[in-house]
Amino acid sequence: MHELSLCRSIAVVVGEHAAGRPVERVRVRIGAFRQVVPETLVYCWGLLNDGSALAGSILDIEHVPAVVECPDCGARSELSVPVLRCGACGSREATLVSGEEFLVASLDLTEA
Amino acid sequence: MGRFHRHADGTVHDHDHDHDHGHVDHDHEPRDVGDHSGYETGPLRVEVLEHILGENDRTAAANAADFSAAGVAVVNLMSSPGAGKTLLLQRTLEHLAPTTRVGIVEGDIETSLDADRLGGFGAAISLVNTGNGFGGECHLDATMVRSALPSLPLGELDLVVIENVGNLVCPAEFAVGEQARAMVYSVTEGEEKPLKYPVMFRAVDLVVINKIDLLPHLDLDLDVFLANLDDVNPGVRTVLTSARTGEGVEEWCDWLLGLGAP
Repeated sequence: MHELSLCRSIAVVVGEHAAGRPVERVRVRIGAFRQVVPETLVYCWGLLNDGSALAGSILDIEHVPAVVECPDCGARSELSVPVLRCGACGSREATLVSGEEFLVASLDLTEA
Repeated sequence: MGRFHRHADGTVHDHDHDHDHGHVDHDHEPRDVGDHSGYETGPLRVEVLEHILGENDRTAAANAADFSAAGVAVVNLMSSPGAGKTLLLQRTLEHLAPTTRVGIVEGDIETSLDADRLGGFGAAISLVNTGNGFGGECHLDATMVRSALPSLPLGELDLVVIENVGNLVCPAEFAVGEQARAMVYSVTEGEEKPLKYPVMFRAVDLVVINKIDLLPHLDLDLDVFLANLDDVNPGVRTVLTSARTGEGVEEWCDWLLGLGAP
């Protein structure tokens, strides 16, 4: 529901780094613990940028799975449900090591 | 898969894969092998690695600094629509008003209905209509809260409650400068909500479980809800309340008072 405002935030970051140069592609990295609907984000990106300098730029979304690390058995496991529990031994002490990413990772600028 | 930038010495910038793309046909133009300057034209990749909400977080930090300088405790209060946030706040103001000076930032998509309900309890209220001039947002962000601050006499307050827009998804993503986060869950919402909205239930320091006067009329199994909550946010503190009867309101208020100034 907040994808449009996220797109505005992404566009601000992109604008600062592109510094007026034409942008071909924007890569964002979004963890599983972020409530973002990728299709909606891409749709909003097109909607927001229509008629702007970023019109036609492609938004690539890299999904980062939620992974926990267990201090008891040392295992790393990917979560399929948002329950912080070790996939190997079931320990509840497992801590999240990835899945909360929310980054503009890189841009492709069109070279003149 | 994007194209990449190759320099005269053959180095390729900013691959995010280990394998060699050298033979993959990414090139759109035929190569001029005889006369070339040694590089292919293509997009220039720029590493950014900047947090999408970085600007929001910087504004949130400025809000937090203002609250801190004024010695005000601040809580961001979230819930789904209809969980009973506003009635709980009325009870809170009744309970605290004699001794504690409270300010409220009231997020509401279009109306002043909630702010009207809270009037008359001796609190300073600043209304943020997210539907007018802010693009109809479903949450409060740090900039909206910042715009509300000039109409609150921070120096004269002990506690500010930021009543977020009723929504279990979006508000959890946006820091607004709060010291603590709390949410109101009502027992009419079902046991599985923590698993459906883990970001919200994980984001909070306290869960108010409201409308407990309705428990005898519902099929809800409170223990199942608490187990689901503990799965998502292990050890999170809970307070059982009925804003309608006033049960639990004192415990909730004690938690608020215990926040102290940052």
